[in-house]
Amino acid sequence: MKRPGAKDLAQFVVHEARLIDEQRFDEWYELFAEDGHYWVPATPGQTDPHLQNSLAYEDKFLLKLRIERLRSPLAFSQKPASRCLHVLQTPEVESLKELKVRTNFIYTETRGDESQRYAATAWHTLVLRKGALRIKLKRVDLLNCDAMLPSIQLFP
Amino acid sequence: MSYRDDPAALARLVEDDRVHRDVYTDAEIFALEMERLWSRAWIYVGHTSQIAQAGDFLTLDIAAKPVILVRQADGGVRLLMNRCAHKGTKVLYAPSGNAGKTFRCPYHAWTYRLDGSLINVPLKEGYAGTRMHETGLAEIKNVSVYRGFVFARLSEKGMGFKEYFGESLSSIDYLADRSPEGELEMAGGCLRYLHNCNWKMFVENLNDTMHPMIAHASSAGTAKRLWEGQPADRPKPMAVEQFVPFVNGYPFFDEMGVKVYPHGHGYSGVNFSIHSAYSPIKEYEQAMRRAYGEERAKDILGTVRHNTVYYPSLTIKGAIQSIRVARPLAADRTLIESWTFRLKGAPDSLLARTVMYNRLINSPMSVVGHDDLHCYRSIQEGLAAQGNEWVNLQRNFSEHELGTPELVANGTSDISMRNQFRAWRELMTAE
Repeated sequence: MKRPGAKDLAQFVVHEARLIDEQRFDEWYELFAEDGHYWVPATPGQTDPHLQNSLAYEDKFLLKLRIERLRSPLAFSQKPASRCLHVLQTPEVESLKELKVRTNFIYTETRGDESQRYAATAWHTLVLRKGALRIKLKRVDLLNCDAMLPSIQLFP
Repeated sequence: MSYRDDPAALARLVEDDRVHRDVYTDAEIFALEMERLWSRAWIYVGHTSQIAQAGDFLTLDIAAKPVILVRQADGGVRLLMNRCAHKGTKVLYAPSGNAGKTFRCPYHAWTYRLDGSLINVPLKEGYAGTRMHETGLAEIKNVSVYRGFVFARLSEKGMGFKEYFGESLSSIDYLADRSPEGELEMAGGCLRYLHNCNWKMFVENLNDTMHPMIAHASSAGTAKRLWEGQPADRPKPMAVEQFVPFVNGYPFFDEMGVKVYPHGHGYSGVNFSIHSAYSPIKEYEQAMRRAYGEERAKDILGTVRHNTVYYPSLTIKGAIQSIRVARPLAADRTLIESWTFRLKGAPDSLLARTVMYNRLINSPMSVVGHDDLHCYRSIQEGLAAQGNEWVNLQRNFSEHELGTPELVANGTSDISMRNQFRAWRELMTAE
């Protein structure tokens, strides 16, 4: 890929959400750069994933663990299995130079008769690796990240 | 039938080696727990490092009652009921902050000093000749601070702080002594996880050592399997060190040992624990040896208790410098707050380890938590079944333990649960 344009970045974000929703987790995993992270802060405006508590801060090893666990016959909290859907607003390119995109979205996660819904903003910081866009950091700010929350089992 | 008026029926819910399901599911029992157990016991409120400056406050509910913990101008702390003497408005609503020098009710501006005494009421002359007397915010007098941990007993009558916790306070000492300066500071914020189950299921689970290898096989077991394929010279990530011991076998957890104290307290990990094999952090261990000397530093760092329960509200993990606090909301709803500490005088890498553990194990997005909560919820629903109204606490029960309030047992014994329920019965039926 040549230097990506705004349309490429927006398409990437839409595709990435679709892979989660369709539970194509192996393909989703491959979208992360080797040093990539998936971060869900626990405090609005949180600046540090290491010295402050987060809901999730996953490198590729932990993402792989999460994906493999979802498939494990011993994952009792996945009987019945969870499903999710991201309803995205049009992604906005914050910086073409830094490959940074901001996307508001509504996230729904269901399991059996239970359903939860979150309003959130995703911040994708992408990198070009071997000619392809990859995720350096996907930060998801849940609007109510500091509220008392139940189990969130998939990937907002 | 009402349990409120029938202490004998209440006492019958707890037998030596089993408990009746109503202790987990019955709404009246929950209300009585708040009025009796949670009011007569010493309940964890907060840590003094959260309210460092005069006027700093926390608001929370204890035993279903709204309270304010506030730092005084003289450096002391007070616990006040968060209820304006006038109409009942909470004078503070934010979970934390600084009140300045006074509390002013947002409804009619009745104004109080930080000690809760009433300063002023607008158009006071309107109360002349009425029964109104200058009452302030009600204060809970029974407050005790131990190594920065603030506890309160709402009930005016009851056991003293030292008598209630006794020797179990050694776990708080071992936690605080992990700081080269002997002081803890809350840091990193809080994870707030809604458990849709009774509070006791969470508290009991902390020293239930028969579940990790089963319930956490999908998470910790997967971590172990993924790591097994790695080259031998690759340094083991901290996450792997933290996850994998959860799926150690039964002998490990049995040999770990469990200790119980009077009034429901206790800990597992008498001999070692799932935290024993973490990689050393050299800079920190040097600071500890400088502060305490070789022998004492070795004792502190070698004491790696698993979970200590300060029944019923506080559970601590000294070796990890985190605490989990049970805040019951209803018979089938409990907020679990997980907090982390910075050890004063220790490098940031210690706090980073604490924060990682808290995120991996105690977050609403924790793969370990997901399976625990599934089981708790499943119990909450399963207890409605007919044909068996009792919950089994029989592993390694022996009559000998009935007259022995403080003892050490094998780690997979149900002794800690039986010990908690003996305290439960004592506090629920006391006059």
